[in-house]
Amino acid sequence: MLANYGLIGLFFIIVVLFSLVMVVTPIVLRYLKIVPNNPNPIKNSIFECGMETTGKTWVQFNFHYYFYALVFLAIDVLVVFLYPWATQLRELGLFSFFVVLILVFIVLVGYIYAWKKKVLEWK
Amino acid sequence: MATPDLLIRTLPMQAVPPDWPGGYWWHWLFFTVVLIAFVLTMVMAVIYVERRGLGRMQSRLGPNRTGPFGLLQPVADAVKVLLKENIVPDKADKLVHWLAPVIAFAPVLMIFAVVPFQNGALLADLNIGILYVVAISSVATVGVFMAGWGSSNKYSLLGAMRNVAAVVSYEMPLVLAVVGVVLVAGSLSMNQIVLAQDLPFILFQPLGFLIFFAAGCAEINRSPFDLMEADQELVAGFHTEYSGMKFAMFYLVEYAEAIAIAAIITTLFLGGWRGPLLPPWLWFIVKIFVVFFIMVWTRSTFPRVRIDQLMAFAWKFLFPLALINLFITAIQVLIWPDALPWILIIVNFAIMGILILLWSKLFKLGWGRLEV
Repeated sequence: MLANYGLIGLFFIIVVLFSLVMVVTPIVLRYLKIVPNNPNPIKNSIFECGMETTGKTWVQFNFHYYFYALVFLAIDVLVVFLYPWATQLRELGLFSFFVVLILVFIVLVGYIYAWKKKVLEWK
Repeated sequence: MATPDLLIRTLPMQAVPPDWPGGYWWHWLFFTVVLIAFVLTMVMAVIYVERRGLGRMQSRLGPNRTGPFGLLQPVADAVKVLLKENIVPDKADKLVHWLAPVIAFAPVLMIFAVVPFQNGALLADLNIGILYVVAISSVATVGVFMAGWGSSNKYSLLGAMRNVAAVVSYEMPLVLAVVGVVLVAGSLSMNQIVLAQDLPFILFQPLGFLIFFAAGCAEINRSPFDLMEADQELVAGFHTEYSGMKFAMFYLVEYAEAIAIAAIITTLFLGGWRGPLLPPWLWFIVKIFVVFFIMVWTRSTFPRVRIDQLMAFAWKFLFPLALINLFITAIQVLIWPDALPWILIIVNFAIMGILILLWSKLFKLGWGRLEV
């Protein structure tokens, strides 16, 4: 099994190298004078609809994303627990089904609470 | 370094011709080359299908000048984009801006490492295959967010934020729909899942298929869920400031992701490489094209959703349905493991219809009152 992860790791190295080559190729071509390079202040300014950008771009983001991330985290952890159960369901039998039902119910209470508190509404 | 002999002996080779195509290193070399070539050619083919198909659906021709039937158009585009000037904004975070395409592109290629093209013909038959796919496919979002953040453009940042929100929301229905398939197949390995499908799982999991398809389309930003690059609102979303080869890489990522989702849908629900007459790998590619064509069809049929509709659809419609589907599947697997398949199929389609109708009645935005 470990050998399989070795294959994946080696493949990953090749893939990263491949994508780096794709990014670097135009730079090499630029030094060979094939790709043009004539920067000027207007061209290098940030795109905006005909105006110059005012203020900073890197501002604090909407707090609302945070709620989604929290609910997501809780449910995603639950789903990770569901995977091993799902593969072995036939061997584990009906008892495991009720155990998982209780586990899901606990998280579901939080989900319904979030729904009632209108966390899931996008404003 | 481990000796190659040891590696060869421990490697579970389930290939149809045994030990195909040779030892550990040959296997790796062969599949690395094949996978990268496969993804690049498929992206070109798929771009052609999308542009021509979309053109036909909108009563126009689409690109038809370059080569016979415009077949060389993707090649021409690739060459053109390679020779374009590379513009980086002065205010941009240069390092993040340059690294973003790499980080977005690498995970998408990594997905194909566990997708079987034939019985045992895959780079690595991980026993946690589908979990690996779920884990690795989310990493591309980091690249997208880096692109939006690094280009220091407000539209880009907004697009990237929306992308993260959408991916986070649609991750759960996607993953829960996968659990349904795992329940029926009893294995996480992609190869085993295909081997378990004497009948395609779309018949046993019709609701799971629909959820996976919708969530998958949202995950890879395809219209009608392409809020993050909505041209009318955000110019081009996260890749507004990209040009030349780096823009091409984002374009590549978009279509490679579409192919990846189509390949996973094929593997999980449509029986993978299985089929009569044609060779298995050809069946696999044909099914990918069919799924992709349905994606193009969806794109040309539905209008783009609003952002609150997008989020509500994931959290209030897809997620509860996916959970219900999961438990119904579990009960079926436990109580009628040996029931006649056709009865189960009819029951499942009936459940799907009833659930979707009922939940549509229940589904309201902002409890029926929309606060703007």
